[in-house]
Amino acid sequence: MRRFREWLLTLPSFGWLLFFFFIPACIVYTFAFKQADITGTTLPGWSFNSILTLFEKQTLVLAWRTVWLCGITTLISIFIAIPMSLHMALSPPALQRKLLLLIMIPLWSSFIVRIFAWKIVLHPEGFVKGALVYFGLIEKSTPLLYNDLAILAVMVYSYFPFAILPLYSAASKFDFHLFEAAMDLGATWQRTFFTVYLPVMFPAILTAGLMVLIPAAGAYVIPEIVGGSGSEMLGNIIARRVLLNRNLPEASAFSLLLSALIFVPAVMISRWRTSQIKRYN
Amino acid sequence: MAHLSNQEVQLVRIFSRWIFYTSLLFLYLPVVVLTVSSFNASRFSGAWEGFSFSWYQKLFNEPTIWHALANSLLVATYSSLLATLLGLTSALAIHTYSSRLQKFHLGLLLTPLVMPDILMGICLLFLFISISLKLSLFTVFLAHTTFSISYVTMIIKTRLETIDPTILEAARDLGASSFSLFWKVVLPILSPAIIAGWLLAFTLSLDDFVITFFVVGPGATTLPVYIYSMMKFGAPPMINALSTLILLFTALITIVYYRIIEGKQIS
Repeated sequence: MRRFREWLLTLPSFGWLLFFFFIPACIVYTFAFKQADITGTTLPGWSFNSILTLFEKQTLVLAWRTVWLCGITTLISIFIAIPMSLHMALSPPALQRKLLLLIMIPLWSSFIVRIFAWKIVLHPEGFVKGALVYFGLIEKSTPLLYNDLAILAVMVYSYFPFAILPLYSAASKFDFHLFEAAMDLGATWQRTFFTVYLPVMFPAILTAGLMVLIPAAGAYVIPEIVGGSGSEMLGNIIARRVLLNRNLPEASAFSLLLSALIFVPAVMISRWRTSQIKRYN
Repeated sequence: MAHLSNQEVQLVRIFSRWIFYTSLLFLYLPVVVLTVSSFNASRFSGAWEGFSFSWYQKLFNEPTIWHALANSLLVATYSSLLATLLGLTSALAIHTYSSRLQKFHLGLLLTPLVMPDILMGICLLFLFISISLKLSLFTVFLAHTTFSISYVTMIIKTRLETIDPTILEAARDLGASSFSLFWKVVLPILSPAIIAGWLLAFTLSLDDFVITFFVVGPGATTLPVYIYSMMKFGAPPMINALSTLILLFTALITIVYYRIIEGKQIS
């Protein structure tokens, strides 16, 4: 009876995700070992040709651009989110909830619209460009849109809020008496921050990094809208292979590469965490 | 940390406050620019040419937008309801039982949360191609249900973990059957989380672009897909007006959502 009840509660969601998530993922990864024919279907039998495209020079350039763009996005996001979460944790509790709400409100507006809004913000005749030229920071001819830097700015904008939540929840549990204790014992605030606060926050920093890295690695809309013709990322090539070229095996191969880019840091972090738990037990 | 008086700690506070408000400015910049532009009489977003409601007027005379909105609402309603139902059963299963099966179950629920949208979209498209299901609003509904389940499960699961087991024991001691235990004790306690989960699933569905873009059929656009195609081909300022309305609407939902969360904390 107990077993039956368990299955009754488990089967709907388990079955749904098995069919609509697990099996499709398996299909995608096996398609990487197929070969496309010109009509948009796949040839029978198996082939390594699609996998081999991953080692072509242009793919490596693309993969490298994806890696450095999302790496820097993640770093900047963490650098912004650490002091932000610290400020929130140091505020009175009633204010903390309001500050959190302030961060959430723009997030709840349409994602696609916020990205397009950046086209207005960075418009050649817009006020941001005007201000930068006025203060002599850029030349009048420097384009703000359609390059890697635009992608970077909009990716940081879109994904750094994801880093705030894990850091804030860790910071709000931090015992700030430790700060006082360290400084009473003669440590400078810099030393206190780097040797007392940051080590305690380290697991949360890793989680925050992953929260930014995952969507950034799979970015598709942002490079499509604010990126130039030479600033494609892996997401764009996957979409192009599916929607334009109808080359499903190559799309699968690129998906495999993208999954690996996310899987490697994710596994490293979770292994590090298990080793830490073991050490403390 | 109000009790900390050390002068140097004040430095940390000032620095972090400065970063906080600068970043907040950064976060609001495009949203504000968009809202202001929606009232700009100029066709081009560069210069200000006076206040005008004309884009709102044009918006209301554009039937295709309302058609796309109706599609979005239809998909969001059905997918959020189904996802809430599936999320409720899965949260109950994971919380109640601790078998090997539930370990797999939890893993299956957590993986979509760490998968980029584009991979999720590709996976679902490949599935629909493999079973030769024609792309339409129905496939969008299937896709949205799939990515929403995990979020609903996590919200309800968190709430379940806060239930005091003595309450359940008390109810049992007083002779409640497991049926009435669920309907009269567990479900009322869970209701704020169920509503919060449903609202989240609803807004996720309304907002999704990437996954929808891959599985949507011809002639069955949702609002984000419609906005994308309009913006891609020459960004008419009408979309600014539409976005301002969307922002107002989602802000309203946010406020309702937080009221519910606050209610949950009081009870």
